[in-house]
Amino acid sequence: MTNTRPVNYPSTWKKPPLIESDLVRRGLWFGFAIYLALALGTIDVNWHRVAEGIPRGQKFLAAFFPPDITSRWDSILDGILESIWMTVISTVVGIALSVPFGLGAARNLAPRPVYLFCRAVIAISRTFPEVILAIFAVKLFGFGPFAGFIALSIGTIGFYAKLLAEDIEDMDPVQAEAIRSTGASWFQWVNYAVQPQVMPRMIGLAVYRLDINFRESAVVGIVGGGGIGATLLTAFDRYEFDSAAAILLIIIFIVMILEYTSGYLRKWVQ
Amino acid sequence: MAVIETSQGPEWKRRTTRQQWYIWFGWLVGTAIVVFSFKLISDKTIWFFVTDAGTQAMDMASRMVPPKWSYMDNLWRPVWDTINIATIGTLLALIMAVPVAFLAARNTTPHPTVRAAALFIIVSSRSINSLIWALMLVAIIGPGVFAGIIAIALRSIGFCAKLLYESIEEIDSKQVEAITATGAGRSQRLAYGVVPQILPAFAGISVFRWDINIRESTVLGLVGAGGIGLQLDASISTLAWTQVSLILLVVLGTVIVSEWVSAKVRHAII
Repeated sequence: MTNTRPVNYPSTWKKPPLIESDLVRRGLWFGFAIYLALALGTIDVNWHRVAEGIPRGQKFLAAFFPPDITSRWDSILDGILESIWMTVISTVVGIALSVPFGLGAARNLAPRPVYLFCRAVIAISRTFPEVILAIFAVKLFGFGPFAGFIALSIGTIGFYAKLLAEDIEDMDPVQAEAIRSTGASWFQWVNYAVQPQVMPRMIGLAVYRLDINFRESAVVGIVGGGGIGATLLTAFDRYEFDSAAAILLIIIFIVMILEYTSGYLRKWVQ
Repeated sequence: MAVIETSQGPEWKRRTTRQQWYIWFGWLVGTAIVVFSFKLISDKTIWFFVTDAGTQAMDMASRMVPPKWSYMDNLWRPVWDTINIATIGTLLALIMAVPVAFLAARNTTPHPTVRAAALFIIVSSRSINSLIWALMLVAIIGPGVFAGIIAIALRSIGFCAKLLYESIEEIDSKQVEAITATGAGRSQRLAYGVVPQILPAFAGISVFRWDINIRESTVLGLVGAGGIGLQLDASISTLAWTQVSLILLVVLGTVIVSEWVSAKVRHAII
């Protein structure tokens, strides 16, 4: 029998860190600290101007209690309705255009060149924010809601076609094979094997995109794309903070309704 | 599925007559809404500009090539500013989002009224686009990077807090119970029972939001809030299309790099 010394169990305990390697963790913190120092060093904040803005900010906050809906009601209503129509039609057209791109961007469906082309289109439309798309749409189609509609439709393609393609790639191949073995043509195959599998999720995503498009429709107006954004910009330019507050509250209200309904609908579909 | 009795015996149909009518009616209403919205939009459109858009696009494209590479010297600083806006904005947002998330999660909130208030903060921050936040902040505290940072931060609170409180609600309650059984107080319970469980989600959310913020901060300059959007706005309004194409390429590059970084980091964490 050997004489073993009692093992020294640690008497204290420390939480294990998220990143296990000591070197990597310290290195990351160090690098981050350097970056932060550099970044904060290059930001020149005009504190004088900021201090000047504080009373204006208070005035703006005060404008929310109560917001002035009535005095600009006509243009607010006009802007809101324009935004809503723009949202509806850009979602419908965007999704209609996404279907071919989505089918083309699914690896298990499309031949290689088609796949690459569709993926490239999706990547480009995803990269540029709706606002940049809207700037170009305004340049090409002139001021007004039509430009906003084009920008939002293109934005929808990037979002919807990508998710559609991913959903198709994740589908159950057994069902697809079963339909194919009945001698179905390509269109029949897509219609009876692919579409039923992706449909529930796609309806949910369509409602979700409607929600996003409404939010974005408030923004495209800032660059001339029509809708409530244009009204909001005018209100800010005239320093009519109480009308601006009213518009913001209306936007929040509509988004809340949309989000609630879309959540409910998605639950109901699935 | 429905079986309809006919004189020739039962006939199998996918839907009952009533369901068929409901679906038909749904399509009718949907189509009517779409056609109606399109009419309203087209009333506000000058169709001459739209039919002219093809030539305009070709013209613009021909003026955009080749990109004016020498302009790149003026772009390094805006790119740096854009990244700073996104990064520091995300940091500020996280600092504010964490308490909001803990107040909004059903299992950590001190009181239902507090929860309702936290949820309202989340919804209002989420429903207003960062460009609109920037518009407001530029009106209040003046143009510049600072307004952009605050805009990004205010916009991101809702997003981060929402995802974070959802992951707090999904934690394993047994671990918290075990910590409670050792006699831990409220704050110890949070630190040792809840925080370790949500730390990976937290890291994932921050990187994900940072990626989105890079994309959004590229356009903040359009309303004067700093970043590369300022150059884009200036180049478009002076019709310097060769600079515009270079800026678009830079935006594309920045977004792709940030997307790659965020995907790598999230992959490493999860």
